[in-house]
Amino acid sequence: MEWEAVIGLEIHAQLATKSKIFSGAGTAFGADPNTQACAVDLALPGTLPVFNGEALQMAVKFGLAIDAEIGRRSVFDRKNYFYPDLPKGYQTSQLFYPIVGPGHIDIELADGRHKRIGVTRAHLEEDAGKSVHDLFPNMSGIDLNRAGTPLLEIVSEPDMRSAEEAVAYVKKIHAIVTTLGICDGDMSQGSFRCDCNVSVRPKGQEEFGTRTESKNINSFRFIEKAIKGEIARQIDLIEDGGRVEQATRLYDADKDETRSMRSKEEANDYRYFPCPDLLPIVIDEDYIEAVRKTLPELPDARHARFMEQYGLSDYDAGVLSAYRDLADYFETVVKAADDPKLAANWVMGELSKFLNSNNLGISNSPISAGDLGGLLHRIKDDTISGKIAKQVFEAMWNGEGSADEVIEAKGLKQVTDSGAIEGMIDEVIAKATPQVEQYKAAEPDKRGKMLGFFMGQVMKASQGKANPGQVNQILKKKLDALCD
Amino acid sequence: MSLDRSDVEKIAHLARLQIDEADIPEYAENLSNILDLVNQMQACDTAAIEPLAHPTEAVQRLRVDEVTESNQRDNLQSVAPMVEDGLFQVPKVIE
Repeated sequence: MEWEAVIGLEIHAQLATKSKIFSGAGTAFGADPNTQACAVDLALPGTLPVFNGEALQMAVKFGLAIDAEIGRRSVFDRKNYFYPDLPKGYQTSQLFYPIVGPGHIDIELADGRHKRIGVTRAHLEEDAGKSVHDLFPNMSGIDLNRAGTPLLEIVSEPDMRSAEEAVAYVKKIHAIVTTLGICDGDMSQGSFRCDCNVSVRPKGQEEFGTRTESKNINSFRFIEKAIKGEIARQIDLIEDGGRVEQATRLYDADKDETRSMRSKEEANDYRYFPCPDLLPIVIDEDYIEAVRKTLPELPDARHARFMEQYGLSDYDAGVLSAYRDLADYFETVVKAADDPKLAANWVMGELSKFLNSNNLGISNSPISAGDLGGLLHRIKDDTISGKIAKQVFEAMWNGEGSADEVIEAKGLKQVTDSGAIEGMIDEVIAKATPQVEQYKAAEPDKRGKMLGFFMGQVMKASQGKANPGQVNQILKKKLDALCD
Repeated sequence: MSLDRSDVEKIAHLARLQIDEADIPEYAENLSNILDLVNQMQACDTAAIEPLAHPTEAVQRLRVDEVTESNQRDNLQSVAPMVEDGLFQVPKVIE
């Protein structure tokens, strides 16, 4: 039987505010335990929450970016459950009236297909603290620094049919929130994490199968592996005559499998009700329009502009526009080099190669965009050849200075003096009698290919510094003159 | 609507309340009475009425995003029954 997977995702994006969603405690990552947890975060008696306006603005930005309805009146609810890292005994969230209503994004797939994925809603809520289970023999340690950190929970429609579509969706949401500057997107620190709801059904069947949820997956690769594994597990189970049990599963990256978490008793009995400590959030058109004006250029728009303004291919424009820091870097290089295609080739080629092999992101590149642009400018104005440029690039990477400094220090300036080039060519021709004879004997239309040998010799003689265009031109003239 | 013994036990568990066996029938009756009142109110036609999120007409004020709290860990942990290495200690919980 042919099976079809149905996937829906819940993404938790930590909002990049300075202070917490309901208190004035800081949100910086990595502080000493409980040094950023104030009386409100600890739920001490008599404390009251006050809502952070920046968190609201960030949520609205996201809503506008995905073309969603913005809740003119949204309400905080209490989601009740007991766990030691949740001091209040409830999580403040939004169930009935979320800040962001239905919207959508478009994803691109490897085969060039585009697909629209619905976003059901996105709502504001607070994060819980952290439990440490392995430090003490009989006790758990509780760190409440993270308690009260603002989260935007982004819930998709069950519109995805494969792990590839799911990953494309998560990457797109990731690109949007980082471009908006509302989330730092750091998955390894848990700033952006994903719950995957997966079910399977016979292809063509209308109703959904029973779904399982894999929680808190924090890398694109793990999302793909967890979903693929879960789809295969469910199909095997059903084909063997079993039934999928609705359950929360935990993805184990080491074993590359999902396993069942002990199902929490009454897990779904959260007894939501409106939080009496917080008033409804009411926003008007003026507020929304003011936020709209602050929106940066989004990845899709930038993609289209890169194709139109710089003449880049769909693929190149897609890669270079996907992330704001990469796109900004690229555009700075373009400005300095005044050649978009050359800039695209170098950013996606040499620079990416070096960044990847050193495990660095674009923001940690040892070569600034301006400096890379400076290097490319020297290719454009014929100071150096593309080949020498790679040598200069490596020196720049190793901190030996700007392109001009490296070119000067190593004497790499291209030889463009035609007298000097002619001298080198004459020398090569004089030494290569057999090859010259072959050239002369060859059919004129075969000679072009044979030119390569002489090119190589001249470039070698000049230590790569002769201008290849000039060499080619003069060499051809001289050899052809010999044939007449 | 009437709640039985197991309903009361479940509600008590969800709220992490320890209750006396002997008191369960009384709780069941009281809670059932409250639900009866709710059911009576269900008879009202509320189709045209917006659900109430808060009894006052006021709307939420917004706080400026600034860190205003300093580290008060020592003070705040002075009331905790057990603390080690800056962490609150609780009986072991593990999923």
